[in-house]
Amino acid sequence: MLALFQQISAWSIPVFLLFILVYAFFRGVKVYETFIKGAEEGFNIAVRIIPYLVAMMIAVSIFRQSGMLDLLGSICNPILKIVGIPVEVIPLALMRPFSGGGALGIAAELINNYGPDSIIGRLASTMQGSTDTTFFVLTVYFGSVGIRKYRYSLAVGLLADLTTFFASVYIVNRMFSI
Amino acid sequence: MINIVWLLMIVSGIALASLQGKPEIITQSAFGSAQAAVKYSLELVGIMSFWLGMMRIAEEAGLVRALARGLKPLTKFLFPSIPAQHPAMGAILMNLSANILGLGNAATPFGLKAMQELQSINSDKETASAAMCTFLALNTACITLMPTMIIAIRLSAGSANPTEIVSTTLFATAVGMSVAILADNILRKVYGRRL
Repeated sequence: MLALFQQISAWSIPVFLLFILVYAFFRGVKVYETFIKGAEEGFNIAVRIIPYLVAMMIAVSIFRQSGMLDLLGSICNPILKIVGIPVEVIPLALMRPFSGGGALGIAAELINNYGPDSIIGRLASTMQGSTDTTFFVLTVYFGSVGIRKYRYSLAVGLLADLTTFFASVYIVNRMFSI
Repeated sequence: MINIVWLLMIVSGIALASLQGKPEIITQSAFGSAQAAVKYSLELVGIMSFWLGMMRIAEEAGLVRALARGLKPLTKFLFPSIPAQHPAMGAILMNLSANILGLGNAATPFGLKAMQELQSINSDKETASAAMCTFLALNTACITLMPTMIIAIRLSAGSANPTEIVSTTLFATAVGMSVAILADNILRKVYGRRL
């Protein structure tokens, strides 16, 4: 299973590239020139997201470095303890929507400290693999086309994060405990 | 909503840092993160250019359209406001495929391309369209078949079975995605139908 998985992830990109290029070539596409035309847009899009990214990363960084995120976590702890959610994973759940790198750091630390095959290690793995960095995605995606009014997007994204968190706790307890 | 969230994050952070008597934390993190943001954007240029180039080839070869045609029943349900043959559909599908397969660095370029296409059929250029909201709901809560990064971490931490979390991740993401689609559908109606 593991060997198969590693083979699949190692081969997926090369096979994908080979397929597109060879198929396009036989369909009469001028592959090199077409690639250049598409790649030209890359720079503009990347540069256009800068102001949005700066705004979001400043807020996330201040929120995190000042200790607000940890404070929020310690407020949540007593409530979640009653429901049976291990408090160790709360910082991960709170960090996940804001910062992919930050969350990955916490997840890696939990996995290494408690062991990858402990309940906390498995829960951290599932949580990290399940959701995306909602704030980051909204900022970058909307920013790239100059949208400033997000309407209900943020609410939907955060609701989904919360649901995924509870679903992770449920399924990990169900599959691995006893 | 984003105005309030943004304001609260900064104001509460400043308040807490002040209470601890450490105002320098705020200054450092503000300047540091501003620079990190620019660095990230510039690093994105290479990978963006690469995937957008490949995507253009796939488009011209008709592969993207074939993908869109194959999944038409599904996309018609999710994105009623996008015309069937519109290039936005192809980019959206490429992005979701990349997400599902855990090809993280391909997902962003396809996603940003999809946003551009969606913006071209958006009537109010400063406000998110219904299709954009649906797309981002799917994007932030996407089913994941292969959480590649976390499996690598588990492997290096000496797990007896690094891939055992694939099924739990699949379950959690499927639940999350269903809720996201449902919530998006309800809120779309609450906020009124617009493109």
